[in-house]
Amino acid sequence: MSLFDNINFKKLKDGLSKTRTKIVNSISETLNGKAVVDDKTLDEIEEILITSDIGFDTTAKIITQARIRLHNEKNRITTTIIDTVKKELISVLEVENISHQFEIGKYKPFVILVVGVNGVGKTTTIGKLAHNFQIAGLKVLVGAADTFRAAAGEQLGIWAKRANVEIIQKEHGSDPSSVAYDTVVEAKKNNFDIVLIDTAGRLHNKSNLMEELKKIKNVMAKIVPYAPNETLLVLDATTGQNAILQADEFSKVTEISGLVVTKLDGTAKGGVVFQIINKQKIPIRYIGVGEKIDDLQNFQPKLFVDAIFDNT
Amino acid sequence: MFEDLSLKLDKALKKITGQGKLTEKNISDTLREIRRVLLDADVNYKVAKEFIENVSQKALGKEVIASISPGQLITKIIYDELIELLGSSTSDLKINAQGATSYLIVGLQGSGKTTFCGKLAKRLTESGSKVLLVAADVYRPAAVEQLKTLGGQISVEVFALEEKNARKTVEDSLSFAREKSFNTIIIDTAGRLHVDETMMDEVADIKKFVNPSETLFVVDAMTGQDAVNSAKIFNERVNYDGIVLTKLDGDARGGAALSIRQVVGKPIKFISNGEKLDALDKFYPDRLASRILGKGDVISLVEKAQSTFDEKESGKLEERFRMNQFDFEDFLKQIKAIKKMGSLSSLLGMIPGLGNQLKNATIDDRALIKVEAIINSMTIDERQSPKVLNGNRRKRIARGSGTSIQDVNRLIKQFNEMKLMMSRLSKGGLGKSLGNFKFN
Ligand SMILES: Nc1nc2c(ncn2[C@@H]2O[C@H](COP(=O)(O)OP(=O)(O)O)[C@@H](O)[C@H]2O)c(=O)[nH]1
Ligand SMILES: Nc1nc2c(ncn2[C@@H]2O[C@H](COP(=O)(O)OP(=O)(O)O)[C@@H](O)[C@H]2O)c(=O)[nH]1
Ligand SMILES: [Mg+2]
Ligand SMILES: [Mg+2]
Repeated sequence: MSLFDNINFKKLKDGLSKTRTKIVNSISETLNGKAVVDDKTLDEIEEILITSDIGFDTTAKIITQARIRLHNEKNRITTTIIDTVKKELISVLEVENISHQFEIGKYKPFVILVVGVNGVGKTTTIGKLAHNFQIAGLKVLVGAADTFRAAAGEQLGIWAKRANVEIIQKEHGSDPSSVAYDTVVEAKKNNFDIVLIDTAGRLHNKSNLMEELKKIKNVMAKIVPYAPNETLLVLDATTGQNAILQADEFSKVTEISGLVVTKLDGTAKGGVVFQIINKQKIPIRYIGVGEKIDDLQNFQPKLFVDAIFDNT
Repeated sequence: MFEDLSLKLDKALKKITGQGKLTEKNISDTLREIRRVLLDADVNYKVAKEFIENVSQKALGKEVIASISPGQLITKIIYDELIELLGSSTSDLKINAQGATSYLIVGLQGSGKTTFCGKLAKRLTESGSKVLLVAADVYRPAAVEQLKTLGGQISVEVFALEEKNARKTVEDSLSFAREKSFNTIIIDTAGRLHVDETMMDEVADIKKFVNPSETLFVVDAMTGQDAVNSAKIFNERVNYDGIVLTKLDGDARGGAALSIRQVVGKPIKFISNGEKLDALDKFYPDRLASRILGKGDVISLVEKAQSTFDEKESGKLEERFRMNQFDFEDFLKQIKAIKKMGSLSSLLGMIPGLGNQLKNATIDDRALIKVEAIINSMTIDERQSPKVLNGNRRKRIARGSGTSIQDVNRLIKQFNEMKLMMSRLSKGGLGKSLGNFKFN
């Protein structure tokens, strides 16, 4: 099923244009009309890629690939160079299962577990997802399995109200897996289509917290053996190279089926995902572009890559 | 058995041996490697570039002590500069002698502001202040509840209004604090993006109104390249006094802190390293510098190398070379010094650039052990005047060291060649003696 086709590229661009213009202009100056790919240009492209958090190695690889592609092309003008790099970047993002759709309807309830480190936007993303599923006519139940952070339950409660969906929660400090369990039981009993489980932020290097995640997963599978259908890892676009370790470690305890990249309404580009996707072949599902309920968009490789250069 | 080793050792040691002075050429590999290390640690592209350029310009022409390589020396210099740049570890907060002291806490969404407010309130309460927390985040769902919960945990009162108006909340909180004689006010604000004009206006306005004793900018240690943008704009708008670096209990390298220091020059006052309210610490620049450069491998190598071969000692040895007095005793000392730095293979593995090169080359540390065993089986007399080593003595040494007579002969022959050569060089690095020494 296709949700969130409300792509609003302006929002992505608003933030970007403010910092990007300078670099892109300087490239155009160097290159407009001139058919050369000199080191200076490549350095500038390197700077754009690295300052987008793409990382040293991945940037080097992409530039090498682009150079090979360019080698046979005669018309080496600005747009060609940037387009070649863009093509490279897009090809990284287009992993095999990117067009895989959630098999909602085939499974009932369809269970989505949302995980990630602290403060990346898990709860907000759940609020936005709940809203989108709800307006698509599905019956949604959210489970407040972050029982740790102060007022996490209240926060999700407010989102549930905004999205007009139901919520299962227990008092602060109770066992998160018991909340997940109760949520799935309730969903099964009362015919919910979608279950969204919010979890506490956990740093991936804390083994006890990572174990807790396994347990949350396991108890849900006791009621619906296929649960969770999807596990979404939320990444903050502001995060740098550490996101690679986050993806590695979360993947070890629970199979990650998709990424959500939040806070793309700022000036950060979230370029670290290229390395993650390249390595793990996990597609980006959604992007967060604000704090409002409709600030969640379907992921579109081309727009994401354009935003890195913002020369449209 | 020495054959394979000799080549590799030769090559490797040439790299790590003293080469007189730091030149652009002999540090370029290391600088490239360090640049990569910094970028992997999320130091901003431009900041990394400028930082390395500045440091290397300063360092060019510096004498390299014999026992370490130019690469090691520049790494050490960079490490020291990094500490310098990251600033001191004093995290003193301004406290007004008269009237109330107020702190304004600002930053991006989810960086850890509210949690930090709780931590600071706890700390100041424990040191005797009467603290009021102010919930001026009127946007994030349940932000007020969150602060109230934290306040409850430490029995600190939280001021909030029903009305969703940050400026008014702050205004009212100040009069409330005056009435109830709170002497310390901590204002928690909403997370905001630096490009959100309306929200930046709001916080600038609050800052102007409150004129706080300190404004602190809270930054997530996981932040990437964009840290410079947000830090700069926040600084332009609220001119903060210090930085709080959060989530250091994770495994992020924290290079953003360096970027921010470089761009805005404000001190890092606290680090936050956990979700619990007592997880607040002083900032230690050396720890962060090691963290940024990665696990401290490079640093510990440089430091080991420096402490092992101190300059005086190497000077003495060079003098002995010059006077043609170098003997097996000196040679043994050298081998022991190398061993003190760890095994030869792990030593080489620690050097940036070299590790990769030697990935498939297994250095046989046993070769050195064998040489050492042979020398150990010599008498003091024999070590000091190798001339006395006749056939019988050599046989005895071979037996004593569990090696063959050929091994002993080879060692003596090469020792003599090396000695001859070294005495010819008016000035030679210590390491060179080993570098030119063939074990086959
Ligand atoms: N600007 C912006 N802020 C976001 C976005 N997603 C979440 N946030 C904010 O980030 C902060 C942390 O979000 P939250 O959902 O509580 O994160 P969690 O700790 O992972 O559950 C809140 O202030 C959210 O409003 C986004 O896409 N853009
Ligand atoms: N592991 C860890 N988590 C932290 C730290 N500081 C804050 N957090 C967590 O980060 C998330 C966001 O913190 P919060 O104080 O709400 O951030 P705010 O949006 O800036 O107010 C919460 O889950 C906090 O528990 C820290 O130093 N270490
Ligand atoms: Mg949450
Ligand atoms: Mg907050």
